[in-house]
Amino acid sequence: MKRRLLTGNGAAAWAARLANVDYIPAFPITPQTEIIESLADWIDSGQMPGRLVTLESEHSMLTAAGAAATTGVRVFSATSSQGLLYAMEMLYTVSGWRAPFVLVNVSRGLSAPITLEPDHNDILAARDSGFLQIHCATCQEVLDSVLLAYRLGEDERVRLPVLVNMDGFYLSFTREPVEIPKIEQVAEFLPPFQVGEIRFRASAPESQAVAVLGGGPYSYFRYETHLAARNAIQVYAELADEFEQAFGRRHEAVECYRCEEAEYLFVMIGSFATKAKAAVNSLREAGWSVGLVRPRLLRPFPDTEIRRLLAGRRAVAVIDQNISFGAGGVLHGEIAAALYGQPDAPPVLASFIGGLGGRDIPAEEFYQIAKVIRDAAEQGETPPPRLLYTGTELRETRKLQAIARVERAGLGGEA
Amino acid sequence: MYRIRFHGRGGQGMKTASRILGTAFFIEGFEVQDAPRYGAERRGAPIFAFVRAAREPIQERGIIRQADLVVVADDTLVPVPAAGVLAGCDAQTVLLINSHQPTEVWKERLNLSGPVLTLPAHEEVADRAELPYVGAACAGAAARLSGVIGLASLEQAIGEELGHLGDQVVAVNRERASRTYEMLVEQAGLVKGERAITAEDWQAPDWIELPFEEADVSAPAIHAGLTSEALKTGSWRTMRPLVDYDRCNRCWWVCSTFCPDGAIRVDEEKYPRIDYDHCKGCLICVAQCPPHAISAVAEHEVQSEEAVS
Repeated sequence: MKRRLLTGNGAAAWAARLANVDYIPAFPITPQTEIIESLADWIDSGQMPGRLVTLESEHSMLTAAGAAATTGVRVFSATSSQGLLYAMEMLYTVSGWRAPFVLVNVSRGLSAPITLEPDHNDILAARDSGFLQIHCATCQEVLDSVLLAYRLGEDERVRLPVLVNMDGFYLSFTREPVEIPKIEQVAEFLPPFQVGEIRFRASAPESQAVAVLGGGPYSYFRYETHLAARNAIQVYAELADEFEQAFGRRHEAVECYRCEEAEYLFVMIGSFATKAKAAVNSLREAGWSVGLVRPRLLRPFPDTEIRRLLAGRRAVAVIDQNISFGAGGVLHGEIAAALYGQPDAPPVLASFIGGLGGRDIPAEEFYQIAKVIRDAAEQGETPPPRLLYTGTELRETRKLQAIARVERAGLGGEA
Repeated sequence: MYRIRFHGRGGQGMKTASRILGTAFFIEGFEVQDAPRYGAERRGAPIFAFVRAAREPIQERGIIRQADLVVVADDTLVPVPAAGVLAGCDAQTVLLINSHQPTEVWKERLNLSGPVLTLPAHEEVADRAELPYVGAACAGAAARLSGVIGLASLEQAIGEELGHLGDQVVAVNRERASRTYEMLVEQAGLVKGERAITAEDWQAPDWIELPFEEADVSAPAIHAGLTSEALKTGSWRTMRPLVDYDRCNRCWWVCSTFCPDGAIRVDEEKYPRIDYDHCKGCLICVAQCPPHAISAVAEHEVQSEEAVS
């Protein structure tokens, strides 16, 4: 099959087109806007059916998406960063409706201070929303994951909306070779959405609950959502097989890169994980026994698979591109919870935080992380969490602060 | 792996250059990654784009710290620190500057350990943000320097990237690209793409423990406008407004009021004074001045004159 160069945004738009989506509620935000621009172009020029409507905010956009999905049409939307947070109330609400659709999030660090570049605090803010989450590391994965996400979310055992995440700039604006499957081939893998009996029809009211609930029924409905999300682990495993048969590409829930027999592991999500792969390759050449474990599925959390992959290692470094203020790296905490009490859990589980606001993680930092956990394994002690931050960077920041002070004085404030 | 950076100003077509080169590599059977890098900038602001090409799948991502080839579309960017043109340049980096100044001048001025080439790839224009076809010219030059891209692939790439703009545009861009491609015939293959990145030996990062600092220092608060004086947005300017004080009728308010950046103040004599550190060259003042006392001149010309005097 022919490959062509496509950005992550282009791959997301192509996936929506191939999925034959009916309805796209939209609102622009950098670095996501290209996705809806491409779809708008195609619809406008008749290359794609469906309807795209611009709403007045992401909050309305999500409301429209959820409402449309409950009528049985296939819905796609995309957002980023502050936009995802602005829609947050409705994220929780539409997952409660059990309305399946796909929302692509293009990760961008949150304000304040403001940035355009990526980290994962935006998508992780939606961690407990009831949306399933698939995290991509390449543009091909973006396209493939959107197709997988429709099957996953629409499955009767699941019936939940799905977030497909890619990093701004590093994927959104970066072209890579991507194979675009034929639409007939996609139609075979992804037949039209069968909404079944849980749909909203005009002038045909129905109810499965009451407007205000006590704790008992409330707990029932919430836990049912949890069980549906947990079902998605098994459903995803089946889909990964089916997808591979259909398209010849395999996307595990948790990718394991050169990690068979590896004594030391990096654990990361997102596109920076490919940088970790490059480092693994160099370290392997230099004789290090290192690999990478990369969860693609983050909700539901594939804890059994992670336990299996991490068992028996000498040391593991979890590199979080996010920070939970007052706690630390989110992924590190989740991995630790999955490993607790397991007889063959790795004795060293070190936490590193890096790549905030798109801050680069150069090769030598991966090498150094490998060295830190190897030393830690020898000493039998997990080192304290480490922010990837250099003296040079602090000096640069000091310079900015000094300039700000001078300017504050110039404006009549205190220096 | 080939690691190539293009530097230019918003509007000069560096994203297009990176895409033409990326597609040309791809046609030649390489794995490719190309991307532009910009923030909240606009026309005239320094931007860059990059291309990676290799025979095996590419795992690296993001900015290229040490490039095999750095192509500069606009020589006025070389001395601008914020443009980062010279970042990571070493003995293995080929620097190609689109400039009418001789190579020897740049070699002496920059004193780099790697090869420096110049390419008079454009006829001069007043507004450098409109340098015509410079993207195609830069892509053509880079293709030749790599030594692995045939002219047919380069021309096919231009067709794929610019086809939506019509046959005429494709034809002119092909002509410009093939012109620089031919100019550099002697330097074919000068860019090797053989830089090794290895974990045999590396310099440990100077990681530090970030100390706690009180919020009056560590909060990213901005409670007033005009707090970015040190950011010299004047570097974005490709056209400069010049006041003819003989013609200025000292109305005292029109140009300074219309200036969207507050870069024009009026002195005690009621003459406008333009702050060139921050004037972005939007030329609204030129359009608004009632007696037409403000004219626009090419920034690169003023800068060369200033460099001489």
